[in-house]
Amino acid sequence: MRYILGLVGAVFSVVLLISFFSNVSTYLTSPPPATAEEEFHLHPKHLSLASDGPFGKFDKKQIQRGFQIYKEVCSACHSMNLVAFHDLEALGYNEAEVKAIANQWQTEVPTVNPETGEASTRKALPSDRFPSPYANETAARAANNNALPPDLSLITKAREGGAAYVYSLLTGYRQQPAELIQKFPASKTPQGLHYNPYFANLNLAMPQPLTSDGQVTYAPGNPKPTVDQMAKDVAAFLVWTAQPDLENRHAAGLSIAIFLLFATILGYLAYRQIWYEAKRAVRITGPLEPENQAKSRRAKAKQGVAG
Amino acid sequence: MSFSWAKPYEPKQPFMRWLDERLPLPRLVYGAIGGGYPVPRNLNYWWNFGVLAGLFLTIQIVTGIVLAMWYFASADGAFNSVEHIMRDVNAGWALRYIHMNGASFFFIVTYIHIFRGLFYGSYKAPRELVWMLGLVIYLLMMATAFMGYVLPWGQMSYWGAQVITGFFSAFPLVGEPVRVWLLGGYAPDQAALTRFFSLHYLLPFVIAAVVVLHIWALHIPGSSNPTGVDVKEEKDTLPFHPFYTAKDGWAAAAFLTVFALFVYFAPNYLGHPDNYIPANPLATPAHIVPEWYFWPFYAILRAFTVDFILPAKLWGVLAMFSSILILFFLPWLDKSPVRSGSYRPVFKRFFLLLVLDVLILGFCGGAPATPLYVAISQLAAAYYFAHFLIILPLVSAFERTLPLPDSISSSALHGEKKEAAPAGITPRRGATAIAE
Repeated sequence: MRYILGLVGAVFSVVLLISFFSNVSTYLTSPPPATAEEEFHLHPKHLSLASDGPFGKFDKKQIQRGFQIYKEVCSACHSMNLVAFHDLEALGYNEAEVKAIANQWQTEVPTVNPETGEASTRKALPSDRFPSPYANETAARAANNNALPPDLSLITKAREGGAAYVYSLLTGYRQQPAELIQKFPASKTPQGLHYNPYFANLNLAMPQPLTSDGQVTYAPGNPKPTVDQMAKDVAAFLVWTAQPDLENRHAAGLSIAIFLLFATILGYLAYRQIWYEAKRAVRITGPLEPENQAKSRRAKAKQGVAG
Repeated sequence: MSFSWAKPYEPKQPFMRWLDERLPLPRLVYGAIGGGYPVPRNLNYWWNFGVLAGLFLTIQIVTGIVLAMWYFASADGAFNSVEHIMRDVNAGWALRYIHMNGASFFFIVTYIHIFRGLFYGSYKAPRELVWMLGLVIYLLMMATAFMGYVLPWGQMSYWGAQVITGFFSAFPLVGEPVRVWLLGGYAPDQAALTRFFSLHYLLPFVIAAVVVLHIWALHIPGSSNPTGVDVKEEKDTLPFHPFYTAKDGWAAAAFLTVFALFVYFAPNYLGHPDNYIPANPLATPAHIVPEWYFWPFYAILRAFTVDFILPAKLWGVLAMFSSILILFFLPWLDKSPVRSGSYRPVFKRFFLLLVLDVLILGFCGGAPATPLYVAISQLAAAYYFAHFLIILPLVSAFERTLPLPDSISSSALHGEKKEAAPAGITPRRGATAIAE
């Protein structure tokens, strides 16, 4: 049986080596062509938010500003179907304010006319989720050059790089580099798409949403609404929508870590205590005891015996 | 159960005596994990991971049962029901993150447990069945983990299910019908999701049952130990309780601390962002990758790129399944009578190479399938098969092993730090010496 198994192993290994050499020879004879994405795609810029790190907490003022950006800019195209209006109370809005925000929301919520039974819309209530500006996916695609604006509830968890990616994307729009067009003429940004090196394939359907400083007016006492500031604020807001549990999680984690650390120390001391006698009991003096070995080495050296 | 000096159960309270006479459950527990199970006194910390694996199985079952009270196995509602748990259920985020990271940590401790067995020859006679039952548990764990990952019905759930069930279609003639039969449709959909949920709930209890067999089979010869020398006398052993309950206890607390750091401070570190995008059969993710604990096998699957007699895909699938199945033959592939790798200088080097090899395979399996990573995984996969099926039998036939200590207690003379030190090799200076 060992021979059969040895043969199986040899067959797999040989096929793998054949694959390896054919792979290497293909690579050497016809190396894969370089692509514009490989050369021009950028990793997200650094972004530091109050919610970062193990002790991170939400900066509610910043998240409120981010919510304002979402309300006035993003929500024109993007839904947020996992977050309800009353969740905003966690950001420091009171019940009446939340009610007003829901009531004045630009998109109404689909409903059924109670008299005729026909499809209709009504004003949003605090218990409603942020409604989608489009009736359905087809309508959304029709209005956006066949691209579907993703729901934003989980966006900072659903993209590599998280909040930093959102921030980089929002501030990353630029002219396509002449160098790129020169090197990869086929990769010229197509009509209707927009060049952005932070997007995986460099061209995305969403036009630059934050175009100029002061596009949104912040309440007094807030920083100047530059494009950079607005992008940071909305990224912070989207961290909150994706992980509303973050603050609770960090607080609970800290106490649980301290508890477990304490349990570990107590458990270790108990272990030492319990094993103390057991360890003594086996340490009878034997020829392998380091002390005895040293003794025998000394004795041997004295007599001039090698080894 | 195992040794003549194992203490029999003596009920101390009248109620326990009453119970013991009618249903000897306390006797069973005492003999299995109490003072009645003598364990070699020289176990090192690598021996803690079996108990830790049991701990994580328990954590997964408990959190899983509660999650199932809220989870909704529907292609339209599964994703949102998980988000409902995360957002609206009291401490739901904690339950879900514990379950999600608990799966990863279950695999971490199980991998350490398996590699401990590989190094110390725990698969050798008379523990072959312990080893094989352990592999059965591991296979069941993989099936359970895969189906659990499908349940949130995110992009990686969906496409992972698509790819993994696609393995079956590599087999000629029967493959495609089998795949359709398993999925209950041509692509993963409601039928697949419901049956995966049903099986995901069932299999952990099957695992628990096989764990009982695994421990039962272990308790016949008793635990192995770092020297691999058989227990000879009472002096070689200590009762499981309180000695190993104390050692496992503090190690469990220490490991749970690490676990808690992941759950509470980096809960999504081991996951993939794409699984927070709802499943979309019309949009394939750029890189479909399974969870990290499958990466070595994924690398082996992708390493076959040439249609040599058989199609490359079939080679890949056969090799991937074989990579685990060959482990069942390990007790007969490695015939060296010396169990512990500490006394096998040649084996030890190849073992370290194998660890490195599996880590490389894991890295390549998680990386995108570029020519470079595929080439590396081809060499690494070739070594994997050569290691078990060619090198190990040869090493065990030709290797000159170091002399073994006479007994566990004479080896333990070195003090705990060097308890596994081969006889004839001077233990490190400063190894504790408390004179009698």
